[in-house]
Amino acid sequence: MSDSTLIGLHHQEEHHPELLHHFAEAQQQRDAASLGMWIFLGTEVMFFGGLFCAYLIYRRAYFGDFGAASKSINATLGATNTAVLICSSLTVVLAVWAAQTARRSLLLISLVITMLLGLVFLGIKADEYKDKFEEHHVPGASFSFDHVPIPGHPDQYANPRHAEIFFALYFIMTGLHALHMIIGLGLFAWLLFMAWKGHFTPEYHTPIEIGGLYWHFVDIVWIYLFPLLYLIDRHP
Amino acid sequence: MFDNFPLWPARASTASGNVDALFIFLLIVSGLMTLLIFTALVYFAARYRYRRGVSAEQIEGSIPLELTWTTIPFLVFLVIFAWGAVVYFKSRTPPRDSTEVYVVAKQWMWKLEHAEGQREINELHVPVGQDVKLIMTSQDVIHSFYVPAFRMKQDVLPGRYTMAWFHATKAGTYHLFCAEYCGTQHSGMIGAIVVMEPAQYEAWMSGGSTGPLSATGEKIFAELGCATCHRTDTQGRGPNLQGVFGKPVLLEDGRTVTADENYIRESILDPGAKIVSGFKPVMPTFQGLVSEEQLNALVAYVKSLSQPVATPTSTAAATQQDNPKAAGSQVQ
Amino acid sequence: MSMATATIQTVERENYLNKEYGVGSWLFTTDHKRIALLYLISITFFFFIGGFFALLIRLELLTPAGDLVQADTYNKLFTMHGMVMVFFFLIPSIPAVLGNFLVPMMIGAKDLAFPRINLLSWYLYIIGGVMMMHCVLTGGVDTGWTFYTPFSTAFTNTKIVEAGLSIFVAGFSSILTGLNFVVTIHRMRAPGMTWSRLPLFIWAHYATSIIQILGTPVIAITIVLVAVERTLHLGIFDPKLGGDPLLFQHLFWFYSHPAVYIMILPSMGVVTEIIACFARKRIFGYSFVAFSSIAIAVFGFLVWAHHMFVAGISLYSALIFSLLSYAVAVPSAVKVFNWTATLYKGSIHYDAPMLYAFGFIGLFTMGGLTGLFLAALGIDVHVTDTYFVIAHFHYIMVGGALMGYLGGLHFWWPKISGRLYPESWARLAALIVFLGFNLTFFPQFVLGYLGMPRRYFHYPQEFQVLNVLSTAGATVLGVGYLLPMIYFLWSMRYGKPAPDNPWNAAGLEWMTSSPPTTFNFETEPVVTWEAYNYDELDKPRREEVKVVG
Repeated sequence: MSDSTLIGLHHQEEHHPELLHHFAEAQQQRDAASLGMWIFLGTEVMFFGGLFCAYLIYRRAYFGDFGAASKSINATLGATNTAVLICSSLTVVLAVWAAQTARRSLLLISLVITMLLGLVFLGIKADEYKDKFEEHHVPGASFSFDHVPIPGHPDQYANPRHAEIFFALYFIMTGLHALHMIIGLGLFAWLLFMAWKGHFTPEYHTPIEIGGLYWHFVDIVWIYLFPLLYLIDRHP
Repeated sequence: MFDNFPLWPARASTASGNVDALFIFLLIVSGLMTLLIFTALVYFAARYRYRRGVSAEQIEGSIPLELTWTTIPFLVFLVIFAWGAVVYFKSRTPPRDSTEVYVVAKQWMWKLEHAEGQREINELHVPVGQDVKLIMTSQDVIHSFYVPAFRMKQDVLPGRYTMAWFHATKAGTYHLFCAEYCGTQHSGMIGAIVVMEPAQYEAWMSGGSTGPLSATGEKIFAELGCATCHRTDTQGRGPNLQGVFGKPVLLEDGRTVTADENYIRESILDPGAKIVSGFKPVMPTFQGLVSEEQLNALVAYVKSLSQPVATPTSTAAATQQDNPKAAGSQVQ
Repeated sequence: MSMATATIQTVERENYLNKEYGVGSWLFTTDHKRIALLYLISITFFFFIGGFFALLIRLELLTPAGDLVQADTYNKLFTMHGMVMVFFFLIPSIPAVLGNFLVPMMIGAKDLAFPRINLLSWYLYIIGGVMMMHCVLTGGVDTGWTFYTPFSTAFTNTKIVEAGLSIFVAGFSSILTGLNFVVTIHRMRAPGMTWSRLPLFIWAHYATSIIQILGTPVIAITIVLVAVERTLHLGIFDPKLGGDPLLFQHLFWFYSHPAVYIMILPSMGVVTEIIACFARKRIFGYSFVAFSSIAIAVFGFLVWAHHMFVAGISLYSALIFSLLSYAVAVPSAVKVFNWTATLYKGSIHYDAPMLYAFGFIGLFTMGGLTGLFLAALGIDVHVTDTYFVIAHFHYIMVGGALMGYLGGLHFWWPKISGRLYPESWARLAALIVFLGFNLTFFPQFVLGYLGMPRRYFHYPQEFQVLNVLSTAGATVLGVGYLLPMIYFLWSMRYGKPAPDNPWNAAGLEWMTSSPPTTFNFETEPVVTWEAYNYDELDKPRREEVKVVG
């Protein structure tokens, strides 16, 4: 990074230590970083998009079976998790604001709460997986979904093979989402460390901003997963 | 007939003429385009080659020219598209009264069964001048039924029927290839289509049949006890199957589907998928209990229930009227 | 290493090659030019691996019977040929080598926006490549590069999961390269380098990057699904378990058709630069050429099911995809017309890069026109899955993409290496490649229309003559590819030192030294001219002063 002296690039008066050599000014670096994150999120949208596409096709093909399978998931836990994630989005926004306005302790607290909420989410998720495991709803050799009536058709049972596709998609989609949460927690641990060391200032807090973008994205994916997997066949 | 160095494939069906005509048209169009571009390239390259003291003349571009060479190719493309679509539609829409052959593909052989009951392996005998419809499925992976001389190809999928048809015009023996890669002996999954003059074909047909496929199907229908519920009156627990094939069926959830081969197949293997309006989902699945061949026989039997011998023409016409898209939607 | 021929006229200037020495200075570099060279070495390796498989395939097909290898081996050969060439050579070729080297320089930046991510891309590529090689050496895969289900998930017993994961990892390398380019092009342009002043090479890479960013994740998730289905015996694509094998094909081609444009668009960018330079002209219809790249990228996403006309899709969706396929052909045609028109009233030189560019236009035209045949529904039924398709996409990917890559490598070699390559050898190689290519692949069009299916280990007798011609062509082609490799290596030591701008070409990359310094420019350039200002360059020398900001 100090290579820049070699080629006489020092036009800027105030050269922030975090400004990388190949950027002309801090604004450019910030813009590049946030554009990069947005584009990366575009990639992520397409990544999940393939799964959503598969889900929609099978939901249409195996309508009732998917309804029956969906009903077997614990919607209360799912709703709790949705609330947890929405709260964590709030604390992320607080963290960004705290970084912008140089409120160090608020920044640290917000980051810690965000991570705690993330852990709560994963804990609840693990509990849900445990239930599914005990009910033999994990696709594979011991899968069983016999004699589960299709919602609205009490005399008709769901086809276990089709329900298995639902659970396969359920585990892949929520699993991939959970993996993103875990990556997010790692990212936030690093942000917390940097914040604790006092690296972020109102002039330089890009990592908080793009880390926040990532966290929001993971939340939004959940906002779509929750109704598609938990709520498709719940009626009052 | 297999010459050592042919440059054009044999032409042995009605489709091959259609495809060849379009192909030749495209050869001419693309030949002209190539000629145009190559001539311009060579001419410019020679005419404007570097000469000392002569510098290039800068030209920004030309909107009229750009529009011309955007629009004209596009219009030409539209013609090709439309022509290609017409040829495709013809090749995918089997005529109503085709003879039917059931095809079961597996690694690495073709099993074929005529509606009249003759069974063949890797070989299909058909007469000249007859529409032949293939109802195909696979026991394992995806295969593809390809007869270059007929310009006909259709992937054969496991778990469903796909259709194809042809009308042979010239007697002879033609290649049958599997065109979708299907494993180790993919290139060994080949056979022959033997096109015969009608008289010879009659002679060939008269030997070796175990009775029509629909009769086999009727036997299986009875053995499996289907007739207990699917009675020929309105009192059965299952729908009466007389005259069902090819007609629209109203389902319990309000949808309407056409009773084609895939619908019958699904109703046997996954009865709960589409419940006929007014009936209860009581039928057990026959998944794993019937082989692909037995399934074909059952389908042939159900179809035969919709072909009263008395007035074949009027029924066909009526069916067509009822559901003009039926023919199209069957062939996927 | 270049001391031997250093002439007395100058002490060698400091540049990106001689700034640091040692393996570590390369393996931990964040300099986009050094990373480009790392890619150059690695993709050349994979090119020759893939080429070796191709050679074995052609040798096997010399006779109708299977006599060189076993059927299983043959199936693995064409599978590994496809996977290595597509994912480890063609997709990274121009973007990761020439794009990496040139994108920052052409827009006047010191580096890509994220140099460390750029290095990470290379490592991901290498990890993917090592996994692929491990997979090849321990048994390989026999599904064809298309992984069609349920064969790949429930029937074959070869190393699907490992090959899939290697492609998954390499895919992220491709995504990150695309991401880096888009951000760099948006945020790192030098003062005065407006969008309408960008070289068309940049526009082409911008369009390519969009496809890499939006297409690659779809194949990534598809591969994950295949791997999960295979290991856990799920039924997502397996009809026996309720799945739909056509869904796999849709997801696969949603990426793999646009992937063709990842290969060809950068090549079009290269050819545009070469033609402008050797015709000494501004490119004809700049904005049409620029926007046709974007149009190809966008339309390219809407045509995937034209690979599935006989796969069992409905008649009506086939109609739509056929129509859209013709829509994507229009911008490609527009490019060809504009290149041709650029030659008009030019001042044309016949250096080796220009010969490659001519070859590109010729072969791409033929490849593109045969695409019209395949998009025509009625004809596609007959020729899909035959050698007609093989010939068609080799005209695009080898005749097009590879010709452009070689042309670009020659064109920028003086800049990359600081040395001149031997011109007459290069012209000879261009000619050999062109002739060898046509001899290899033209007979395959005829074979395809005759009905020879692809992926056939043995074939009926009557196809032999054409297959022999094709194999003969492949050997000529092989020589054509070895030649540049030899004289490029030779030139690194014995080639004449290159001046900064040997072609007197337009563009910021030619205004810095050859090879460039680590941060590309001595002073930050300020752009005050349009792209392809050959009228100014061809005026007397005094203009040169104005150029450096």
